[in-house]
Amino acid sequence: MLPLLQAAAAGTHPLQGTAASWLWAVPLLPFLGFLINGAFSIVSAYHAGPADPTLAHGDGHGDRHGTHDEEHGAHGDDHHQVKRHPFAMLTSIVGPGVLLLSFILTAAIFFAMHGAGEIATPFIQRYFSWMPVGDLKLDAAFQLDQLSMMMMLVITGVGTLIHFFSVGYMQDDPGYPRYFAYLNLFVFFMLLLVLGANFPVMFIGWEGVGTCSYLLIGFWFSDKANADAGKKAFIVNRIGDFGFLIAMFLLFANLGTLDFDAVRAASTSLQFGGALVTAICLFLFLGCAGKSAQIPLYVWLPDAMAGPTPVSALIHAATMVTAGVYLIARTGFLFSIAPVAQIVVVMIGALTAIFAASIGLKQWDIKKVLAYSTVSQLGYMFVGVGSGAYVAGVFHLVTHAFFKALLFLGSGSVIFAMHEAYHHTGSHEDAQDMRNMGGLRAYMPWTWALMWIATLAISGVPPFAGFFSKDEILGGVFARAQHSTIADAHLFGISGSAWLYFAYLLGIVAAFMTATYMTRMMIYTFHGPNRTGDKEREHLHDAPWIMTGPLLVLGILTLAGGWINIPEFARFLGPVGALERWLDPVVGASTQRVIAGAAETSPGLEYGLVGLAVLIAIGGIAYAATRLDPKSLVPKREAVPEEGFEKVLLDKYYVDEIYDAAVVTPVVGTSRGLLWRGVDAGLIDGLAVNGSALFARFVGWIGSQLQSGQLGTYAWVLVIGVLCVLGAVTIR
Amino acid sequence: MLPEALFFSAVLFVIGVFGVLIRRNAIIVFMCVELMLNAVNLTFIAFAQVYGVAGQVFVFFVMTVAAAEAAVGLAIIIALFRHRQTVNLQNINLLKG
Amino acid sequence: MQTLGMPHGTLSLFYIFHFYLFGLIGVISALLFVTRKSPVAAALWLVSTMFCLAAMYILLDAQFIGAVQVLVYAGAIMVVFLFVIMLLNLGQGEGIDVRGVGWKIVAGAIGLGILAQVFALTRAKTPVNLTLPQGYAAEQVAQHGAVAPIAAPLFNEYLLAFEVTSILLLAAIVGAVLLGKQKEARDVA
Repeated sequence: MLPLLQAAAAGTHPLQGTAASWLWAVPLLPFLGFLINGAFSIVSAYHAGPADPTLAHGDGHGDRHGTHDEEHGAHGDDHHQVKRHPFAMLTSIVGPGVLLLSFILTAAIFFAMHGAGEIATPFIQRYFSWMPVGDLKLDAAFQLDQLSMMMMLVITGVGTLIHFFSVGYMQDDPGYPRYFAYLNLFVFFMLLLVLGANFPVMFIGWEGVGTCSYLLIGFWFSDKANADAGKKAFIVNRIGDFGFLIAMFLLFANLGTLDFDAVRAASTSLQFGGALVTAICLFLFLGCAGKSAQIPLYVWLPDAMAGPTPVSALIHAATMVTAGVYLIARTGFLFSIAPVAQIVVVMIGALTAIFAASIGLKQWDIKKVLAYSTVSQLGYMFVGVGSGAYVAGVFHLVTHAFFKALLFLGSGSVIFAMHEAYHHTGSHEDAQDMRNMGGLRAYMPWTWALMWIATLAISGVPPFAGFFSKDEILGGVFARAQHSTIADAHLFGISGSAWLYFAYLLGIVAAFMTATYMTRMMIYTFHGPNRTGDKEREHLHDAPWIMTGPLLVLGILTLAGGWINIPEFARFLGPVGALERWLDPVVGASTQRVIAGAAETSPGLEYGLVGLAVLIAIGGIAYAATRLDPKSLVPKREAVPEEGFEKVLLDKYYVDEIYDAAVVTPVVGTSRGLLWRGVDAGLIDGLAVNGSALFARFVGWIGSQLQSGQLGTYAWVLVIGVLCVLGAVTIR
Repeated sequence: MLPEALFFSAVLFVIGVFGVLIRRNAIIVFMCVELMLNAVNLTFIAFAQVYGVAGQVFVFFVMTVAAAEAAVGLAIIIALFRHRQTVNLQNINLLKG
Repeated sequence: MQTLGMPHGTLSLFYIFHFYLFGLIGVISALLFVTRKSPVAAALWLVSTMFCLAAMYILLDAQFIGAVQVLVYAGAIMVVFLFVIMLLNLGQGEGIDVRGVGWKIVAGAIGLGILAQVFALTRAKTPVNLTLPQGYAAEQVAQHGAVAPIAAPLFNEYLLAFEVTSILLLAAIVGAVLLGKQKEARDVA
């Protein structure tokens, strides 16, 4: 389908001729799904004509739908009649189907790669020359190496599960094919992002996932709050994209290339710790901060929860938001020679981790808790990749994709059940507020069990996945604080070593908070007495199997996912450091450069750190379990407002309000007062537009005076013109 | 004889220009244009003697075009006269913008 | 015929005299043409200029064109002009169409200016390598007659242009008829 202009290394690459030759089909399949589902959506919209309000709101009492985003549910329910989309059945096959095929192909490529043994160079497929402009020669090319392979597995694997979950979650939605079209398109762009062999191709994916994120956050766009959340995500991300672009410009201007491979080769000529490479890395990190919701650009992610919950799971937890982590791992060869930038990344990551975790402590909306938890965990990942522990950061990315997807889908099941229950009784309570839940364990045992697994994993309790990855990050930071190129660098006159110790401390505290707020969420949701309401209670039950099934698979992955990179001290579990060896061709050199040949931390210290981490995790859980009393909690409508610091936390440190006052209001004010009334209406409309129109009219008036219609005059003018032209020729 | 022919050609041409400039009668202006064409024809003929017969061929074409032009131009003048009852250019300003 | 042309090398006084004579008559006729108030008189003076030009063509070895000049210009075109002048009854009563003295002076100055510039331009040397040997045109006429030297290129190299010209003439005829008939056609409609 795509003409293969030139294969990498002229057929000498070990992956040549294997399943990896079909690399292009992996993103193309979801794109095909997008086209088909999009066609379903357009065709049906064309036939349906103007939106029928009873169809658009399915359930017929649509005045308060803004407060809960789950509007549809209820199977075989006589309370109201749900009209399924005419193409619902086909969409249910195509949407997850293409993803499943894509995943199978990815798995085949993985086994081909695994079987090919040690592969030192990336497998690059060039499809066509995209932008041959002057010195800039860009190909539409894909690059398959161990890192992108791993990302592909996560994206297609977790993506497939979430697609299946969505079938159950969304199939009564009137926009069902549109939803799957967007979701398929997202996967396509995400794969483009991780497969791109140069920065611009990656940037296409980067922007594409942003677009899909925008489309899906505002999926229920008839509600202004949702549309606004989408816009917020899009605009905040623009700031980050600006950084990404500047970084690309700097790279091209100084290295003359944008291919990852070529940049890696050329980066050796950059001065270690020089201003240029530091600037490039910081601008890249600005892009990451936008996409991966780090301070100061994290504000869009909690609002992004306005989208359907599976979207939150796929885009805003498992894949898209980790693109920044991927980018830093991908460009590790740059970051590893810019220690100051690394310190910035680590500190921003650590601050984000603790800041978001503290907000998560007091949220009542179950999805908001998970949103801040995601921000916090992304902070951990940046601490990992920022400190040059690329494997640890990427490892956490993978495990986080598992357990956070599980948590989000679990919360989706809960919301689904809650909404359905409220639906039956026609109540308008908030289906996402934990104060309206409680004691759900008895009604949804599967969800309860699986979400506990994920909670233990994110808290860092062994042997769940999160324990290994989080421990590796914290251990990595501690080790690098002792000896590394970062430790030798200085930022604001403070040594990198001190910064890293501080980051470690923040990480430990954030880990404690993580365990606490997650346990709080679980207790308030599943334990204690039920506060949903007497009538509603009998309608609560586990979600159908199409939804619980993916949860189960994710639960297994959460349980065992940590074993892909078993640390030294747990060698009884299996082969040590599989992921580290797998990723070594990509990030190994960069990592070595950062740790600068330092000795491993002593086993005693390492055991101590691990013990401390476990202690912190269990301590956090125990703290939450003992201090919180779900019995004293009252439903949302009876709750008294919080006071003091609790209120500050609940209101998220007023960051949105500060941004409003510091950025939005002045910008809007300037836009209205100065730019609109002054510049636009006054200068541009008044002087430029009307002025030039007046000027043109004036010149035209002069010209029209010349057009007397008198042939004699014309002849005179013509002859004088001839005289002048001849004169000019003669004189010359 | 080339310089003399060119001299007469230039003089005749300028007389044509002069006529166009000072006359207001459409037909006379038209005839002045014909005079200018003839002046140019003289140039062609004079050069044809030196550079080859192509100049004469060109004059042939100019004459053809002049004949066509005269036919159409006079038809226009007649139509104009019917419309305005005058051929004085001062009274005709249909081209006024 | 040959005696009128350029005998090899030198030009006869007879030839030069006649060339200047016709030139002067032509210029004077032209001046009278542009200054006569009556359109009929003007047209007749123009006919005179045309005849002088025809004579000069013949002196310049373009006998065929000279004949055509008499036939087409002096004969056909000028007759049509006169016909139109008389048809529209422009002989008198149209009022004076000549501009005032001031205009004439300025126009004369402009004319002299253009003349001076043209003379200045003729200082340029004629390209020698393109020049035919003296008397070549006369020789051609002597050998092939007056028509053949112009007919050969006209029906070979310039055949396409020749055919296009015929279409042009056809279009002109149709156009002239249409313009002449326009008023009646509108009345019918």
